[in-house]
Amino acid sequence: MKLISTLAVPLMIAGIIGFALIKKVRVYDSFLEGASDGLRCTFNIAPPLIGLVIAISMLRSSGFIDILSNLLSPFLKAVSMPAEVMPLALLRPVSGSGSIAILSDIFNNCGVDSYAGKVASVMMGSTETTFYTIAVYFGAINCKDSKYTLKSALIGDFTGIFLSIVTVMLFL
Amino acid sequence: MLNYIWSGMILISLLTGFITGNIESVTKGAIDGCSQGVELCVSMLGIMCFWTGLSKIAEKSGLIKAFSKLLKPLTRFLFPRLKEGSPAYFAIIMNIVANFFGMGNAATPLGIKAMKELDKINCDTKASYEMCVFTVLNTASIQLIPSTLISLRHTFGSQNPSIIIVPVWIVSICAASMAILSAKFFEKRQKI
Repeated sequence: MKLISTLAVPLMIAGIIGFALIKKVRVYDSFLEGASDGLRCTFNIAPPLIGLVIAISMLRSSGFIDILSNLLSPFLKAVSMPAEVMPLALLRPVSGSGSIAILSDIFNNCGVDSYAGKVASVMMGSTETTFYTIAVYFGAINCKDSKYTLKSALIGDFTGIFLSIVTVMLFL
Repeated sequence: MLNYIWSGMILISLLTGFITGNIESVTKGAIDGCSQGVELCVSMLGIMCFWTGLSKIAEKSGLIKAFSKLLKPLTRFLFPRLKEGSPAYFAIIMNIVANFFGMGNAATPLGIKAMKELDKINCDTKASYEMCVFTVLNTASIQLIPSTLISLRHTFGSQNPSIIIVPVWIVSICAASMAILSAKFFEKRQKI
């Protein structure tokens, strides 16, 4: 499993570039075009990211996150969820840049390769900003009644949060 | 919503700071946060560009189109009533593929286009089954390479930033399946 994880990135890079060379695409020019999209994208998320990193840094230094974790620790222990990951589970469905900010806070305080860091990583990678997505998609067509969409999406999120803990305990 | 969450977070930290007599470190936390935020953006910038560059190559070489043909069995299961080759069908496929390759920028406009096409063939004021399942699918993140996550792990000095890839695949596929199956279940229950 570790082998597949390690090889996924190099193989994908090789596959994309190899296929493009066979198809005679101007590989480097396309790369530059895409990279400038990435630049624009990072600039666009910079203001919300900075704003949220500030708020989370304040929450942490005020001691609120520790108090909250202590209060919730009996419950969290029962499901083997590291207390530090709790804020991520709460904010992940709401805000993408908020969860990046929390994730970097967890990495800073517990270490990337710690148990908490791994659970947070898997959780981050396997869930999406549910509320935002639903608001954008149904907002775009002006539809007020999205029926069971939110219910089902949240069932998926809970499954994801729970399984992130399980897979990290089993495989990492 | 974020208006409340963001100001809530700040007010709670100020309040906690006052109560615990920690207010100085809260101020310091705010100032530290500013530079941390900038560092985070700058350090992620390079890898972000690398991935968006690669996905542009994949798009131009037709790899993405070739890939969308492989998705037929999946779309037939998810959207049995949708006609193959209709504009909605095409937009949905392209959105799934863009998500799969981590092209968030391209995926959202395609997703909105798919919703608009689905809206055209929906005669009800409520959401159609296809709209619900399609949105649910988009709230699950099925990605070949979770590139933002890996670049973040790299930034914070992980020994092996990509080690989480297979666990992420497993968890996201299970979560998405649960979400979709529950949507199918709720849809059936409504009809009865």
